[in-house]
Amino acid sequence: MILAIIENAFLSLIGSAIPASAVVMLAATGAMLGERVGVLNLGQEGLIGIGAVFSVIAVLSWGVESPWVAMLIGMIAAAVAGLIFALCVVSFRASQVLVGLALALGGIGLSNQLGVNRNGTPIQTLFREINPGGVLDDNDLVSAFLFHDPVVYIAYIGLPVVLWFVLFRTRHGMNMRAVGENPAAADAVGVSVTGWRIFYSVLGAALTGAGGAYMVLSFTPTWSPDIARGRGWVALAVVIFAGWRPGWAVAGALLYGSMISLDTTAQARGWGLPFMGASDLSFFLSMLPYVVTLVAILIPAGAVKLGRRVRSTAAPAALAIPYSREER
Amino acid sequence: MTGDGTRPSVEALGISKAFGGVAALDAVDFEVRWSEVHALVGENGAGKTTLCNILAGIYRADAGQVIVDGTERDFRSPAHAIDAGIGMVHQHFRLVEPMTVAENIHLGWPETPGVVSQRALVDRTEQFMGEMGLHVDPTARIWQLSVGEQQRVEILRVLARGARVLILDEPTAVLTAKEADDLFRVIRELAASGLSVIFITHKLREVLAVSDRLTVLRHGVREITRPTEGATASEIARLMTGEERVLDVEHRTVTGAPALELSGVSALNDRGIEALHDVDLTVRSGEILGIAGVSGNGQSELAEVICALRPLRSGSITLDGADLASLSVRAVTDIGVGHIPEDRIGMGMVLSAPVKDNAVLHNYWTEEFAQGLTLDRQGVINFAKQLVETARVQTRSVFSTAGQMSGGNQQRLVARREALAADRLLVAAHPTRGLDVNAAQEVRSTLIDKRDSGCAVLLISDDLDEVLLMGDRIAVMYEGRIMGVFDSADADREHIGLLMGGHSAVEAAS
Repeated sequence: MILAIIENAFLSLIGSAIPASAVVMLAATGAMLGERVGVLNLGQEGLIGIGAVFSVIAVLSWGVESPWVAMLIGMIAAAVAGLIFALCVVSFRASQVLVGLALALGGIGLSNQLGVNRNGTPIQTLFREINPGGVLDDNDLVSAFLFHDPVVYIAYIGLPVVLWFVLFRTRHGMNMRAVGENPAAADAVGVSVTGWRIFYSVLGAALTGAGGAYMVLSFTPTWSPDIARGRGWVALAVVIFAGWRPGWAVAGALLYGSMISLDTTAQARGWGLPFMGASDLSFFLSMLPYVVTLVAILIPAGAVKLGRRVRSTAAPAALAIPYSREER
Repeated sequence: MTGDGTRPSVEALGISKAFGGVAALDAVDFEVRWSEVHALVGENGAGKTTLCNILAGIYRADAGQVIVDGTERDFRSPAHAIDAGIGMVHQHFRLVEPMTVAENIHLGWPETPGVVSQRALVDRTEQFMGEMGLHVDPTARIWQLSVGEQQRVEILRVLARGARVLILDEPTAVLTAKEADDLFRVIRELAASGLSVIFITHKLREVLAVSDRLTVLRHGVREITRPTEGATASEIARLMTGEERVLDVEHRTVTGAPALELSGVSALNDRGIEALHDVDLTVRSGEILGIAGVSGNGQSELAEVICALRPLRSGSITLDGADLASLSVRAVTDIGVGHIPEDRIGMGMVLSAPVKDNAVLHNYWTEEFAQGLTLDRQGVINFAKQLVETARVQTRSVFSTAGQMSGGNQQRLVARREALAADRLLVAAHPTRGLDVNAAQEVRSTLIDKRDSGCAVLLISDDLDEVLLMGDRIAVMYEGRIMGVFDSADADREHIGLLMGGHSAVEAAS
């Protein structure tokens, strides 16, 4: 009896954690792409909102019938926002932190405004799970782990493999990393620092936008205000947790996604704390990802303090520092 | 095309460039030929590096033409200059520290294969190193290499791209004597194989030793271009500085109680290895104690323990009998200890703050400049203006940031500020490193003035000539130990040189 309840909870946790984490995974990959070339975009939360709301508009107002096209429209909208961000911080060398925060808050506001008449309208154009022949039912472990829609596979397998390959196995990726580590060095050998920083900021924003699109086209699936619910911030934390390595982002996104799911599962099931009389754990649980982030940051920092070099997990050295060639 | 040593490889005609309204170069003509080593000489701020940055596509000239091998070029980026065969090795290396040597050499190189593995990069690098006769471990990461090795990586990278004109910006500034000699050999070989080498320096010995022709720049104007053969050091020095000023230092023997006294001092360096081993030293009021030694033998740590910047492991440090080691950094400053740090940018000033704030870094909170929580703005400005004037710091105003000044002017400001703070002891670590002749003389005069006013001065320098010139007494450091202390009159250059190299006093005497 108790076993069944636990199994049930576990299944629903896994079943919701994987798609919930896919949003985080897409946004984390987008953020990591920018950060690898030295551009820190704190606006992930806003980009998720923009990607989501434009996909909703595409489906509900423009009659788009393919989830892929709707997602593409969300990505383009986020990419435009990413381009504005990139021009501010790369071309005009504005503070990445300030512009990023403006994008986060502005993006949330813009998407809430655009979504105001579409609140709660169910979305019919959805990504479908891949379930060969419907042989397995919804409530077993295999399907909880394996059968999801194609975006999940792209986010967890396709993107990390491609990004890892590009970063560490191609000439171009080597140049990218150099731009993030030491732009003056990259510039001196003829790598276009400005060009690549803008390009990958925009591409990264598009991926984060895809995360937002995925939320409304599969996960929720409806528009509601403040749709990202902190997933953008969690994505930034995942990048740090993963040490800017694409493979580790998968582990990070799953870990963080599970914590987010715990939050909703706890809310749905009314888990409470036996002590202190708290009947609702959801606030504590929604805090968890950030506590884990603090720990994830402290572990490498502590290791450095103890005299061990943890170079491979260090942030790109030029992260968030604008580059100017003629600065003396 | 390379050739007979008379055809020009690069010509710059009428090059002008200004930074923030200050002219760095004024209609400079400059010509380099194939198969020659061309020394570009001048004091700090003469415009040498600016000129080369224009040739290498880093800066764009405000006016003038660059002609490479007979074709006029307009470089919009370093990539254009590299395509035209001009490559530059900067004073501050442009290497990506967490990456390997092989990766750094292949960075931004169109000939790097699109898909690469570490193995393939290492193989290509090894093959190329074999062809050039220059070797560095291709799998090492940059931060693991010595400065000389890092420089070799830079040179290899430029040559790999097919550079026919190699620009070296003060390449020996960071090298040991042995590494510098190796570099000179490499430079001569490259020129012999037909390349042009432009060699920026302000060290006259190097000019005479390695170059075929030389060009002297002063205040952004070309003074002369001539063959090196037949030129003398004093002639070049005159052209560089516009005047000859030689400091004559009278040494003195001071007796009496020591001001600064170290006994049995041991301390660790940043990596946790013992950098000072049982050091005993005394400095008396009114004398300069010079510390001779090759960089990295504990001198930095010595300055830091005295200024309370580094904890002691054992031993004691006293100033006029009072314990110094237990004081805070501010307390050490308060009792009259000045410190001209080795790293003037990192430790000596706040580059993004205005000159006026940098002038009062030590004492902005004292009654002289502060009333309660507010700063006496006018007082700070007046003090800074006076400091700038007496130290002959060239800056647009006391409101521009310290980072906008040249390195020499930053050093002048720090040296004067610290000298003012030092009533009883001045610790000067490499105070003239990187300075041109005039600026170095001024800093040295400041130290002598302090000594004559009764302050104890500890001068650390890896320039033995400077230590011999300035020190009333001379101590030699090697691997964190004091190898010997000599009065100026008894100091034998050769003997001290041997001690600096780790030969014991007995070996050195025999």
